[in-house]
Amino acid sequence: MKKVYFDSRKCLGCHSCEFACAVEHSESKEAAKALLEEDRPLPRRRVRPVEGACLTIGCRHCDPAPCVEACMAGAMTKDADTGEVICDTDKCVGCWMCVMVCPFGAVRPGEVFTIKCDMCADREAGPVCVEACPTGALFEATADEFAQRRKAREAAKQAELKT
Amino acid sequence: MKTPKQRSVDPATVAMLEAAASKGLAVAWDRQEAMEPQCGFGQLGICCRNCTMGPCRIDPFGEGPAAGICGADADIIAARNLVRMIAGGAAAHSDHGRDIAHTLLMAAEDEKCDYQVKDEAKLRALAEELGVKADGKDLRQIARAVAEIAFGQFGQQHGEVVFAARAPADQQKRWQRARVMPRGVDREIVEIMHRTHIGVDNDPVNIILQGVRASLGDGWGGSMIATDLSDVLFRTPEWVRGRANLGVLEPANVNIIVHGHEPTLSEMIVAAAQDKEMVELAKSQGAKGITLSGICCTANEILMRHGIPVAGNFLQQELAVTTGVVDAMIVDVQCIFPALGALSQKFHTKFISTSPKAKFPFAEHIEFEESRALEIAKRIVRAAIENFPNRKTEPCVPGHSNPLVAGFTAENIYAMLGGRYRPSYRPLNDAIMSGRLRGVAGVVGCNNPKHRHDYGHTEMTKELIRNDVLVAVTGCTAVADAKAGLMCPEAAMEYAGRGLQEVCRAVGAPPVLHLGSCVDNSRILVVLSNMVKEGGLGESIADLPVAGAAPEWMSEKAVSIGFYVVASGVFTVLGEPLPVQGAPRVTRFVCEDMEELFGGKFAFEADPIKAARLMIDHIDAKRSALHLPGPMYEVPYAPRTAVEEARAAE
Repeated sequence: MKKVYFDSRKCLGCHSCEFACAVEHSESKEAAKALLEEDRPLPRRRVRPVEGACLTIGCRHCDPAPCVEACMAGAMTKDADTGEVICDTDKCVGCWMCVMVCPFGAVRPGEVFTIKCDMCADREAGPVCVEACPTGALFEATADEFAQRRKAREAAKQAELKT
Repeated sequence: MKTPKQRSVDPATVAMLEAAASKGLAVAWDRQEAMEPQCGFGQLGICCRNCTMGPCRIDPFGEGPAAGICGADADIIAARNLVRMIAGGAAAHSDHGRDIAHTLLMAAEDEKCDYQVKDEAKLRALAEELGVKADGKDLRQIARAVAEIAFGQFGQQHGEVVFAARAPADQQKRWQRARVMPRGVDREIVEIMHRTHIGVDNDPVNIILQGVRASLGDGWGGSMIATDLSDVLFRTPEWVRGRANLGVLEPANVNIIVHGHEPTLSEMIVAAAQDKEMVELAKSQGAKGITLSGICCTANEILMRHGIPVAGNFLQQELAVTTGVVDAMIVDVQCIFPALGALSQKFHTKFISTSPKAKFPFAEHIEFEESRALEIAKRIVRAAIENFPNRKTEPCVPGHSNPLVAGFTAENIYAMLGGRYRPSYRPLNDAIMSGRLRGVAGVVGCNNPKHRHDYGHTEMTKELIRNDVLVAVTGCTAVADAKAGLMCPEAAMEYAGRGLQEVCRAVGAPPVLHLGSCVDNSRILVVLSNMVKEGGLGESIADLPVAGAAPEWMSEKAVSIGFYVVASGVFTVLGEPLPVQGAPRVTRFVCEDMEELFGGKFAFEADPIKAARLMIDHIDAKRSALHLPGPMYEVPYAPRTAVEEARAAE
C-alpha cells in the first residue's frame, strides 16, 4: 500500500498540511465557509516541534495496528487489500481505547467518535496533505519506494563525502 | 491542468495559451497552478510577520494558538495586514500622482521642457477651483501655482486634502464624524505603517479607519491629482476610436509595447514613434512602419488621449512577448511581471525598464528622465527599431482585435449628455429618475489567474447592461470589455436592455463607458459627486442608485480603490474576497458596519452573474428609498417584490 511519508529536513513548519486536512474534512471543503460550520472541522494531522525540528504526525496505518487490536466495538479495522486502518464511525462507541494505545498520538477523540487519517477516502487525487505541502516534505510512497529513496539518498551522501 | 478555454474567455488569449504550451513556456496561469493549494493562513489574513518574535499564525479552527506572541488575535492581525495593503496601494497611486505634479512643475518652470500645458481650459478651471487668482499671471505662472498646490498635498500635515471638497457635503460630514478626513496624502500612509508596528494600534476597527483615511487620501488626493494634472499636461481625453487585443500587433511593422502606468513616459514614446525620422529608420530596417500599442493602464492613458491600440490587459503581458513580433517591451512601474525578463530572453524582444524605482531581471535599463524626455524616448524607440532584424521565431499573432470607443471623462459626460448648447448632467439624472436607466455601475480592477480571465468582467458587464444599468469601466476591466466588443455603440443594440438602448441611441454612446486608467477611478468619484449636485437623486453619493465591483482584482491598489469607493458611499462587490475571512469582527466591519458610517460596504461574490444581481438589488433598494419608480421597461432580472424580499431575509 501507499502511505504518506515525511522528510523532516524539508519541513518548514508552515502547518499547511494541518490546515488543508481540516478543510478537506469539512462539510463545504472551502476554508472561509468551513470556519462557520457547526461541526468544527478537525485536522487528522498535526505539526509538532521536536528538538528544534518540526514533525508532522498522522496515522502510520501500522501493521499490525495496536488501535485495531484494542478496539472492542470492532469499528477500527485494517483493510486487507489497501492496508489502510479505517474507523467505521457507525460502529465507534467513543471508548477512546485506540487513542490510548496509539504509539504516535495520531488517533484523537472527536465529539462522538474517533478521528483519524482516512487517506482522504473521498478524494480522487489522494491525500490532501501531500498536495498542500509546499516543500515536498510530505510524499506518498509504498514501503519499497521509501526504502529505495532512503538508499539513494544514502548513496548520494557517500558519493559527496568521497569528492 | 486547466485547458486554455478554462483559463480565459478571450479568443486571442486562448490561442496564445495554446501556442505558449506548444513552445513549452510557462506563464502566470501555470505558475498559479503550481502554487496550489495556496496557503490558507494567508488567504484568511491571519498570519503576521510584523516583528521577529513571530512569524505568528492563528489557528482558525480553534485548536492551536488564538493569539500571536504579542497577544494580537485574528482580528487585530487581519486588520493590520489589510491596512498595510491599503498603504501599498495608496502609495503606488500617489507616487504616480506625485510624478505627474513634478512634471507639471517642470513644464511651468522651463519653456524648453518637452512637456508643456496642452489643456489650458482645464488648467484655468483647476486654478479657479484651487483659489489661484489669474490676475495678470501668464499661463506658466498659473501652472506653477497649481502644481505647487498639488505637490503640497502629498506632504501636507494638517487640514484636509483639497479635492475632498469636491465630495457632496453630506459625504464630507460622514468622513469628519468618523475622523477619517485625510490630512495629507503621504501622512496617512506613514501613519498606517506606524500604527501597524508591533504594539501600537490594537483595535481592529480603529486600525481599519486609518486605512479608510489613507484610501481617501488616494482617491480624493493622489489619484485625483494624477488624473487632473495628466489632463492639464497631456489634454483631457475626448471620445476616440481605437482597437483592442493582441491582433493589433502587426508582424510586418516594428512593434513597440508600452506597459505600466505613468503617462509621462508613454506620451513621449507616442511622440517619438510618430517622428518621421523614426518611421524612416524603421523602413530602412525592412519594416513597413511602427506599431505602438499598450498593456495595462499605460495603454488606457494613450488610448484615451491618442487612440493608440491596446495590445491587452494584465494577464496578456507574457502572451504579447510570446507572439514573437514584439521588438521592444518598454515598462515603467506597477503590474509588470518580473517573469517578462526570462521570457523575453527566449525571443528577440528587448525588455527595457525605464524607472529608477523599478528594475527587472534580464532587462536593459534605459533610465527615463523628464528633463530629457523626448531625447530618451527616441533612444528607446531606436533600440526597438534596430532590434527588428533580430526576430528569430515564426510570428504567431492571433487575428483577434475589436473596435471600441473610449475617452469619457467627468467633463465630457456633461457635453455628451447635454450637447454643446447646454452641457449638463440633467439628462443622466432624468433618465435614472424616470427609470429608463435603472442605475449606474462602476466595474473596475485587474485580472487574476485564480479566476477565468476576463470572464468576471465581461459577464458582469453584460448582466448589468441588459438590465438597463449603465456601466462605467477603467483599468483592465475596460480592456476586457473592449476586447469582448462591449465598448462600441453598436453593442447597445446587441447587449443592452431597452432603456439603456434608448439612451445610447440618443447620445451615440456605447453602453459601457471607458473612463481611463486605474488612477482615473477618481473620475468616477467626480461623476458621482456631479450627479448628487445636479439634484433629484439624494443628498450624498450613498443615496445614489449606483454600485461598484472588482470581479477579478488582485493588487494592493485595488484594495485602496475599494476602500475609498466604499467610504465614498458605494456598495462594492469583490470577486476575490479581501484576506480577512479568518477574522470575524473585521469581516463584519467591512461587509456590514461600514455602511452605517459611510453609506457603502463590501460584499464578496466570485460568480459575476450573482455579483451583478447583488449590485442590481442594491440599486433597486436605493431607487425605492428615493421613491423612484421601477425600471421603465421589462428587464430580465426583475426588481424583488416585498414578498421575495421577506423570503430572502429568512
